[in-house]
Amino acid sequence: MKKTRLNAVHKEAGARMVEFAGFEMPVEYRGIIDEHLAVRTRAGLFDVSHMGEIIVEGPEALACVQYLTPNDAAKLAPGQVQYTALTTPEGTFVDDMLVYCLSVPDKYLLVVNAANTDKDFAWVKEKAAPFKVFVANRSDEHSQLALQGPLAQEILQPLTDLDLSQMKSFTFSFGKVAGIDCLVSRTGYTGEDGFEIYTLTETPEVIWKAIIAEGEPRGLMPVGLGARDTLRLEARLMLYGNDISDRTTVLEADLKWIIKFQKGDFLGKAVLEKQLQEGLKRKLVGFEVVDKGIARPHYPVFAGGRQVSEVCSGTFAPYVRKAIGLVYLPIEYTEIGTEFEIGARDRKLKARVVPTPFYKRERK
Amino acid sequence: MYPDNLYYTKDHEWLRLEGEEAVVGLTDFAQKQLGDIIYVDLPQPGRVLEAHQAIGSVESVKSVSDVYSPVSGEVVAVNPELAQTPDLINKDPYGQGWIVRLKIKDKSELNNLMKAADYEKYLEGLEH
Repeated sequence: MKKTRLNAVHKEAGARMVEFAGFEMPVEYRGIIDEHLAVRTRAGLFDVSHMGEIIVEGPEALACVQYLTPNDAAKLAPGQVQYTALTTPEGTFVDDMLVYCLSVPDKYLLVVNAANTDKDFAWVKEKAAPFKVFVANRSDEHSQLALQGPLAQEILQPLTDLDLSQMKSFTFSFGKVAGIDCLVSRTGYTGEDGFEIYTLTETPEVIWKAIIAEGEPRGLMPVGLGARDTLRLEARLMLYGNDISDRTTVLEADLKWIIKFQKGDFLGKAVLEKQLQEGLKRKLVGFEVVDKGIARPHYPVFAGGRQVSEVCSGTFAPYVRKAIGLVYLPIEYTEIGTEFEIGARDRKLKARVVPTPFYKRERK
Repeated sequence: MYPDNLYYTKDHEWLRLEGEEAVVGLTDFAQKQLGDIIYVDLPQPGRVLEAHQAIGSVESVKSVSDVYSPVSGEVVAVNPELAQTPDLINKDPYGQGWIVRLKIKDKSELNNLMKAADYEKYLEGLEH
């Protein structure tokens, strides 16, 4: 099992550790609900060093990224970030990811899911073969910390030479945090304002401890993968393997906004165009459990007297205090307000299609 | 963490003997494994249970698990507080977080349960 460079720090803090994507990771420190609420109301610090970092570099890097992804990477200037996907020729997901534009048109950083890093790297390398690019998997060298929550800027500012007040959402800059060289982006996976901090240092615990020291008096908590999952689901952010996979298309996942059909050719384009013309047969929707109970991944879903699918993501959402989830339903059941049933062990729970995100922060 | 006056099961329930009755709850180990408890599904008083039969279930943010009756008996009361504040099981597993009270059918079944020291050894075995 792999360890991040912050492994000892988590154990010192009393975290419960679990295996995730081949890494020994903290699942919770003080409890999922407390950690979740800390991020919604104050701030939380995550070790997400397990995430994958793949560099695509060379004169045709932009052309290569454009071919591999449905979003329009040509819109990115250096210092900008974009949510997009690696798509198969069938318009389904190899992964979802962030693209960081380091230099136009010759250097891009792909930040991918830990569980998919090796698969993604092999995929990108293979598909990039016709392009004049060099593809490198830099995941092991990188540590990544995420500082998320309404107090994130206030906590990070005293520790960095970057002017965070000037850093817009989905942009990044290079600077020092706690005296260490970092890439800092205003991004995250929680639905809150916040930053993701990438560094090549051998001692990321210096940054971790500095943020804890600065943040704890303001109510910051370290946050494990348990609350990371409940936070991202409340904000309707996708989890590969649960909500999206190589068996679901980008359109079915209701991510049409990351497809830019006008930009030129990309993997899966023809299939997605056809699917758009013909109309979807099923779509990912958010639901609330009406009865008392929590829907979990893989619980069977029933509509019109038959099983139609199974739950993708499902949990108790600590901030909205409801049992929520995501599920692919036949298109005729996807209207807001439609009721259906979920098999929860020996019971059937009534559930209802609701608008998403389940939680949206108030913007200042 | 594992009071000496209680009996324990391999499924991480505890039992406290009170005359002919038994109070049953989940151990500290169990509540820690479950994490924040959100719902508790409890039986109706009057229900007759066999040893190892499911009494009900507890559901946390992370998972759901059954609670089993340590001995055979009849449910005489369920903790009324758990409907509103299920996390009493997290906060006070051996006190306010009790789950059901049973009228014991056959006290000799207590011999099948573990004492605190044995339970702690059993937990060490689980954690390697």
